[in-house]
Amino acid sequence: MAAGVATWLPFARAAAVGWLPLAQQPLPPAPGVKASRGDEVLVVNVSGRRFETWKNTLDRYPDTLLGSSEKEFFYDADSGEYFFDRDPDMFRHVLNFYRTGRLHCPRQECIQAFDEELAFYGLVPELVGDCCLEEYRDRKKENAERLAEDEEAEQAAEGPALRAGSSLRQRLWRAFENPHTSTAALVFYYVTGFFIAVSVIANVVETIPCRSLARRPPGEQPCGDRFPTAFFCMDTACVLIFTGEYLLRLFAAPSRCRFLRSVMSLIDVVAILPYYIGLFVPKNEDVSGAFVTLRVFRVFRIFKFSRHSQGLRILGYTLKSCASELGFLLFSLTMAIIIFATVMFYAEKGTKKTNFTSIPAAFWYTIVTMTTLGYGDMVPSTIAGKIFGSICSLSGVLVIALPVPVIVSNFSRIYHQNQRADKRRAQQKVRLARIRLAKSGTTNAFLQYKQNRGLEDSGSGEDQALCVRNRSAFEKQHHHLLHCLEKTTCHEFTDELTFNEALGAVSLGGRTSRSTSVSSQPVGPGNLLSSCCPRRAKRRALRLANSTASVSRASMQELDTLRRSPVPQSRSSLNAKLHDNLDLNCDSRDFVAAIISIPTPPANTPDESRPSSPGGGGGASSTLRNSSLGTPCLLPETVKISSL
Amino acid sequence: MSGCRKRCKREFLKFAQYLLRLLTGSLHTDSVEDELEMATVRHRPEALELLEAQSKFTKKELQILYRGFKNECPSGVVNEETFKEIYSQFFPQGDSTTYAHFLFNAFDTDHNGAVSFEDFIRGLSILLRGTVQEKLNWAFNLYDINKDGYITKEEMLDIMKAIYDMMGKCTYPVLKEDAPRQHVETFFQKMDKNKDGVVTIDEFIESCQKDENIMRSMQLFENVI
Repeated sequence: MAAGVATWLPFARAAAVGWLPLAQQPLPPAPGVKASRGDEVLVVNVSGRRFETWKNTLDRYPDTLLGSSEKEFFYDADSGEYFFDRDPDMFRHVLNFYRTGRLHCPRQECIQAFDEELAFYGLVPELVGDCCLEEYRDRKKENAERLAEDEEAEQAAEGPALRAGSSLRQRLWRAFENPHTSTAALVFYYVTGFFIAVSVIANVVETIPCRSLARRPPGEQPCGDRFPTAFFCMDTACVLIFTGEYLLRLFAAPSRCRFLRSVMSLIDVVAILPYYIGLFVPKNEDVSGAFVTLRVFRVFRIFKFSRHSQGLRILGYTLKSCASELGFLLFSLTMAIIIFATVMFYAEKGTKKTNFTSIPAAFWYTIVTMTTLGYGDMVPSTIAGKIFGSICSLSGVLVIALPVPVIVSNFSRIYHQNQRADKRRAQQKVRLARIRLAKSGTTNAFLQYKQNRGLEDSGSGEDQALCVRNRSAFEKQHHHLLHCLEKTTCHEFTDELTFNEALGAVSLGGRTSRSTSVSSQPVGPGNLLSSCCPRRAKRRALRLANSTASVSRASMQELDTLRRSPVPQSRSSLNAKLHDNLDLNCDSRDFVAAIISIPTPPANTPDESRPSSPGGGGGASSTLRNSSLGTPCLLPETVKISSL
Repeated sequence: MSGCRKRCKREFLKFAQYLLRLLTGSLHTDSVEDELEMATVRHRPEALELLEAQSKFTKKELQILYRGFKNECPSGVVNEETFKEIYSQFFPQGDSTTYAHFLFNAFDTDHNGAVSFEDFIRGLSILLRGTVQEKLNWAFNLYDINKDGYITKEEMLDIMKAIYDMMGKCTYPVLKEDAPRQHVETFFQKMDKNKDGVVTIDEFIESCQKDENIMRSMQLFENVI
C-alpha cells in the first residue's frame, strides 16, 4: 500500500469506534502490536554523504531493502550508521521515494545506472511516478532498441557465413527483403528498378504525338501507334521480368497467404494484369475500349518503386495514420461546398442563360472559388450572387488555406501522438493492473490471514510459528479493522469464486425436499442459531431446508461420520485438525461442514438419506445444514471437501 | 410560467453577451483570479503546547501524527474528496464513499468543508483517549446526520447502508437487500426504550452501557497510536 495509507490507518481504526454500538457480535481483540517507540532518526551514509531520516519514513515500504531488516546487513556499529557503497546522487531519488511516495527519474543520469540502483534497493521500476513514467519508459525503450540494433548489425555482418545451412527458399526471401546482403540480390534489385523506370517512361512516351511521315498527311499521331511493335516488345519484356519477380517472391515467401494479401503484391498484380488481359482479349472494337481503360492501370507500376524507396513507404504510412484528419478536412469542405453551392444556385436562379443550372453544377463553381483557383468558366451575375461569391472565396481561404499547414504539422504531431497514445494505453493498462493487483493483494492477504487464523486459534505455539505468514504491524492492524467490519455486519468477505458458488447454491433453492423438516433443531451445534445473527440464520435455515441443494454429495458414510463425530474441521487444511469441542460461537467459526454449496439432484435425497440412517438421516442432514450455516467464508478448496 | 420566462431572458442575455465577446475578440479571457484563489488555501495548526493541552496526546505523539498528516496533506487541510479516497484504500472490496462522507461530517466539527489538523486531533483524542461517555457521544454524533439530537430510523438506515456498502458484493452469506433494515430494527429494539421511534442521546448511552459486548469492545482501540 502507499506510504500515505499507513499514516491514515490509525485514524481509520479510530473511526471504527463508530461501528461499536451497531455490532451485534463482540469485536475481535486488537492485534498485540508492540508499543510504538518514539520515532528515531537514522543516519544512512552513502559513499560519504550522510542522509538522515526518520525510521518511520523508511518503515513505510517494508518490502524494500531500507524498509526491511535487510538494511541491518549494512549497519556499521562503530559509527552507528548504515553505510552503502553506492552512488549518492541516485540515492537521493530513492530516499525521496520513501518521503513522498513518488519515485522520480533523474533526467541527466543514465537510465541503466538508475535501473541498477533501483534493483539494489529493492524498488521495482513500476514504482516510477506518473510524472516521470513516460520518459523513463521512452529512454529505456530507446536504450533497448539501440542495443538490439547494435546486436542486429553485428549479426548481419556475420550473417551469410552463419546461414549456409538455410534452404534455397529462405535465402531467396532474404535476398529479396535485404538486397544488400549479397551481390546477386543487389544486381537483381537494380535491374528490376531499371525496368520499372523503363516501363513507366515507355507508358508516358507512348502518348506523345510524333510526326508521322506516312499515311496521314496532316500527321500527328501518338508514338505508340507509330512504333507499335517496339513498344509492344518493351512492354512484353518488362512484364516478363515483373511476372518472374512476382513468382519468385511468391515461391520464397515464408507465408504465402500473408504475402498474397500484402499491399506490395497487390500492386504487382495490378501492374502486370492489364497486359495479360490485353493478350487474351480479342481485338474487336467494342471490347477494345475497355481494354484501353485497362492500360491506365499500368501506371501503378510506379508504385513498385516504394519497395526501392524508404521515403515513399513512410509517406504512405503517415497518410494512413493521418487519414482521420484528412477525412475531417474533406468532410468540412463538403459541408461548406454544399452550403455555398445552394446559396449561389438560388441567388443566380433568376438570371437568364446562367451557368448555375443546378446545385451540383454550382458545386464546380464553389470548389473552384474556395480553392482560389478561379477558372472563370462560371461567374455570378446578380448582385446577391456576387456578394455570396465573395463570401465564398473568403471562407475558402479560411477553410482550405488554414488547415493545410496545420495538417502538415499534424503529420509529425499525429505520428508521434499515435505512438504516445499506444504507449499510454499500455501504461494505463499496466497501471490499472497494478492497482487491481494491489487491491486484490490486500483482499487476498486478508483472506489468507483469515484462513491462517484457524490455525492460530487452535494450534500450539510451534504450529503458529510454522504456518502463520509473517505479517507486518500495518497488515495486522488493517486485517483487524476488516475483521471488525465483518463482525459489525455479520457478513464476511469472500472471494469471487466462493461468492458465485454461494449465489448458485442459493438460486437452486426452489426445489423442495421431502425428507427434511424445517423445525428440526440441531442437537450438537445447537448454540449456533442462538449465537450470532439469529434472525438471519433462521431465515437461512428455512430457505436451505427447502432446497435439496444443501444436501451433500458426500456418500452416506460421510453423513454418518459427520453425525457421529460432529467435530469442526479446520478450514485451512485438508489434513484436518480435529478438535474435541464444538465451539460454535461467533468468535471461532472456522468450522466446515463444507458441503452446503454443492448442488445435488433431488433424486438422491430421499433414497440415500433414508436407508442408511433412518431417524438420524434427516437430523443429520439438517445438522449438516445448520452447522454449515455457521461456516464463514468458504474457500474453494474446502468447499470441495467430501471426506473428513 | 414566469420562471420559464425568467430563464429565457437569462439565456438570451447570456447569448447576447457571448456574441458581444465573440465580436470583440475577448472570448477567452484567462481567469487569473481563479488560479490565485485555488492556491491560497493553506492552514497552519495551533501551537504544539496548545494542542497538547486541548487533547489527551503527548507531545511526541502529536509530533508523529502531525508529520504524517502534513506529509499527506501539505496544505494542512483534508477536503472531502481526499478523505473519501483515503478511506476507500482501506476497504478495497466495497464502496466506502457514503460512510466516509458521514465520517467526514463527524470529524469536521466546525462544518467548513475541510478537516484541519485540529479537527483531526480533536476527533482522535476522543476516540482513542476519551472516556466511554465521550466515545458514545461521538458515535451518537456520527449517527445523527442532521445533528438535531435524535437518531431517526431513516438516519440509522442511511448509516447502516453505508456500512454494508463497504462490505462490497462478495460476502458470505450473500448480502440481501433488507439486511441493513433488519439490522436497524434490531438496533432500535435495543436502544429505543420508550418506543417513540427515535433514539435520544440518553437512551443511547444508557442502552450501550448496559450492553457488555459494547463496553468490552470500547477498550479495543486504545493502543492505536
